[in-house]
Parts: sequence; C-alpha cells; structure tokens
Amino acid sequence: MKQHAQVIGARPSAVSAGVRPATDSGNATRASPKRLLLGTLEWFGNLGDFCARLVKAAVTPPYEGRELLRQMDEVGAKSLPLVALAGAAIGAVLSMHMRDSMAQFGAKSMLPTLIILSLFKETGPIITALVVSGRVGAGIGAELGSMKVTEQIEAIEASAVNPYKFLVATRVIACMLMLPLLTIVADFCGIVTGWIANALAEPMSLRFFLNEGLAQANFADLLPSTFKTVVFGFIIGVIGCFQGMNAKGGTAGVGRASTSAVVLASLFVILADVVLVRLIITLFPQ
Amino acid sequence: MTMENDNPKPAIRLQELSKSFGEQKVLDRLDLNIACGETVTVLGRSGTGKSVMLKLIMGLQKPDDGEIEINGEKIAALSLDDLNRLRKKVGFLFQQAALYDSLTVEENVAFPLRRHTRLKDDERQARVRELLARVGMEEAIEKMPGDLSGGMKKRIGLARALALDPQILLLDEPTAGLDPITASEINELICELQDERRMSSIVVTHDMRSVEKVADRVALLHEGRLVFEGTLREMTESQHPFVMKFIEESGEVR
Repeated sequence: MKQHAQVIGARPSAVSAGVRPATDSGNATRASPKRLLLGTLEWFGNLGDFCARLVKAAVTPPYEGRELLRQMDEVGAKSLPLVALAGAAIGAVLSMHMRDSMAQFGAKSMLPTLIILSLFKETGPIITALVVSGRVGAGIGAELGSMKVTEQIEAIEASAVNPYKFLVATRVIACMLMLPLLTIVADFCGIVTGWIANALAEPMSLRFFLNEGLAQANFADLLPSTFKTVVFGFIIGVIGCFQGMNAKGGTAGVGRASTSAVVLASLFVILADVVLVRLIITLFPQ
Repeated sequence: MTMENDNPKPAIRLQELSKSFGEQKVLDRLDLNIACGETVTVLGRSGTGKSVMLKLIMGLQKPDDGEIEINGEKIAALSLDDLNRLRKKVGFLFQQAALYDSLTVEENVAFPLRRHTRLKDDERQARVRELLARVGMEEAIEKMPGDLSGGMKKRIGLARALALDPQILLLDEPTAGLDPITASEINELICELQDERRMSSIVVTHDMRSVEKVADRVALLHEGRLVFEGTLREMTESQHPFVMKFIEESGEVR
C-alpha cells in the first residue's frame, strides 16, 4: 500500500493560456470605466485571436465540404423567404415615401432611378445584412453556445478534429458566400414592389420603370455595394461563432450568447457600413 | 487480472499536475502513472477534479503546472497537429456522453471514422454497426440523440470513443445512470477490451462493482491529491481515515 504524503504549500498558478474569457456584460456595466475599457480591449484581443485561428483553419486542408454545403443551405436557402419579404417591403416603402417628396421638387420622373439606386447602393445590402444577422447570428450563437455548454465542442476536439475548421470556418464562409446572393434577391424584390407601388399611384409599365431606372444606374453602382456584403457576412459569422464558443453558465449562458451575437453583429454591420461606403466612394468615384 | 508495471514507458504519466479554477484548487500536484495494458479506476467525491484530470490528459484544458506524458510524449510541447495525432490513439467518453445533437447516432459514431480513416461508405457503415452492436445499441442507429435516454447516450458515446481502435481509453463514469444489467455488460466490455487489445484505461467511477470488475489498480483522489494508490484489496485494508470512510460509505466491497 502506498499513501502519499500531503504536500503543503501551493504554488502560484499561471493563468491558463487556452481559456478565452467571454465578456460578461452584467459585470461590465457595474465596473469602473477603467475595467470596462480593459474588458473591451480584452474582448477585441480575443476576437483577433479567434479570427487568426479561423483563417488558419479555413485555408489549411482537409476541408469540410459537406458541412459547408449544409451551412450554405442553412444560411442561404432558409433565409431566402425572409430576405425576399424584407426587400419587397422596403421597396414599396421607398416608393411611397419618395413619391411625395419628388413631386414637391417636380422631379417625379426621377422616381424609378431613385428607387433602384437606393436599393442597389444601400437599402438592399443593409436590410439583407440586418435580417440575416437577426436570423443567422442568433442561430449560430445559440447552436454553438449549447454545443459549448454540453461539452460537444470538447468532444469534437477529443475526436482530433479542429472545431475552428468544422464549426467556425464553415459557418463564416457560408455567410460570406450567401450574403451577396441574398442581397441580389432583396434588390430584385424591392424593385418589383417599388414598381407596383408606383404603378398603383400612376400607371406605368414595368419595362418603362426599369428602362428609366436602369438608364442612370451602372455596374459600378451595383457591384461594389453588393460585394461589400461579403464583409457583413464575415462579421455576422465571426461574431455569432465567437459569442457561441465563449458561452458559459448553462442555458442562461446560451441565451446571453445568442442575444449578444445578434446585437453585436447588427451594430458592427452598421459601423462597418460607414467605413465601406467611404471606401467605395473613394475607389469608385461617380 | 494482473498488474503490468514491467513496461518501462507508462501509457500515461502525470507529474505534479495542478489545476485551479479561480480560488478553487481542483488538482494539487497530482502524480499518477498508468502502465501499458493496465486499468486504473479513479475514485473520489464529486468535485475532486476527476473529470478535469481526464480533460487535462486529452489536452482539452491546460494545466497550471506539472507535466502530462502519453506514450512518453509530453503533450504540452506538442503542436496542435501532433496533439491530434496522439488524440486519435485515445478514446474519451464524456460524463454526459456529449453526442453531437444535430447528427444521428450513426453520424455520431462515424464522425471520427469519416475524418481519420479512408473507409468507403459501406465499410464505414459496417464498422458503425459493429461498434453499436458491441454496446448493444444497434437498433438506435437512425435515431437522434435527443430521442435517447441518458444510459443509451452513454453507450453510444462509448461506441464513438472506440471507433478509431484506441490504445488508451479514458472513461468518465461509464456506468453511471445505467441499469445494473447494462452496467455489468459495459464492465464486461471494458474487460474484453483489456484482454483483446491490451488497452490501457482510466475509469472514473463511483460504482464499486465496476471497480471490482475492471480495476487492476485503484486511485483515490481527495482535495486534489492522491490519498491512496494500490489494489482494491489493499484499499479495503487501508488504515487511512479518508479511505476507510470512503469504503464504509460505499458499503459494497467485501
């Protein structure tokens, strides 16, 4: 029999480098401004580390093709009705609002151009991104959050599979690929309902509406604005995955991860839009 | 069962392993060796760091201090690729089974096979059926984990842990929540694996029947340290107050 002597005297323990703390907004609001600042900086630091791991996992083989397709279906096909509906609603609203304003300036003939340019350049992309960050951001945050608290992410690691490759890279890439396509759908639906709302007030054929509208618009209006949604997709995917993978504290933690994923993704999409619009105006002057 | 301490290189070697969560010291300079082909059961009260110890061995968490060697390789020094190479040789059963709940039972068991073997679809399917048959869960192959009881999940978790023919098995309470008959079958299975493949294992358990059946050696953890290490017979004869209390309360050992 062997009985180990009790060892007295604890060593100072190094902070484990592998543990990434999640932001705890509850504590943050009560903390001093200095701690709040440090907490925010730490969050961004961890996010940067997360992105680095994600990029490394995404570019090195083997690739998770099956899972990527599943996520593209989840993000793209299943968001389609919602995005189409949102695009349609916004097209009709734009048409109704602008009609009176343009009439005051005697520029009613500009209406088709205005609706189409507005949808192409800003309304289509941002509405799509916000709808997707609500639906997909929350979904990713909740799914990965519950996988985290039920040890499924550790089980993936224990199976010698990199969770960044299997869970994170597939979701982020799916968001980046699907957002431009969804944006085009939103643009299209918006243009159609814009025409309908216009035609109800003043009969006009779709062909005339499109001819008028598209005469002033060119690819430089459509393409940069549509492709900027790749960045929005990246933001939605990364924030959703990051908040989900850092969830802790059981089901309440899953709820927090999901909510914060939506809030932060929407916020960062809008903030990134400011930068991207400035960039597009600089790079593609009219 | 015999102890096989003659192999110079232990399958698992833990040296001065420490781990804290905040103020709470979970493991405090823990030393433990598992020889090749040996099964060690780890006992201890809930919250004494038994599950944490298994996760540290898997590299799922990092120790604050101390070293872990698997087959003579120090895991702290390994790159992620090398760590994953080692992880393929280790089967891990989580306490709550941790099945992927968006995948079917079949896909769960096939998960490691799909990624680490070159089996064709029909070969992989046959292998999954064979693994599920071993744990008596063949009929659940098309079910989702959400439709299964805790005991069933555990058995499927065990099938998944065995998928890559590991040399080392880490089992976190394999018989908890199972009926006595199934628990006994799982114990039999662990014994069979030891005999067939000379698998080394650590079995964390509260089930003294399991200890009697599978253990070559017993380790008892208390307050992050090993208070006893030896055979079950030696344990029952120990005069250490905590060991005596533990055996008295478990009340099942002769």
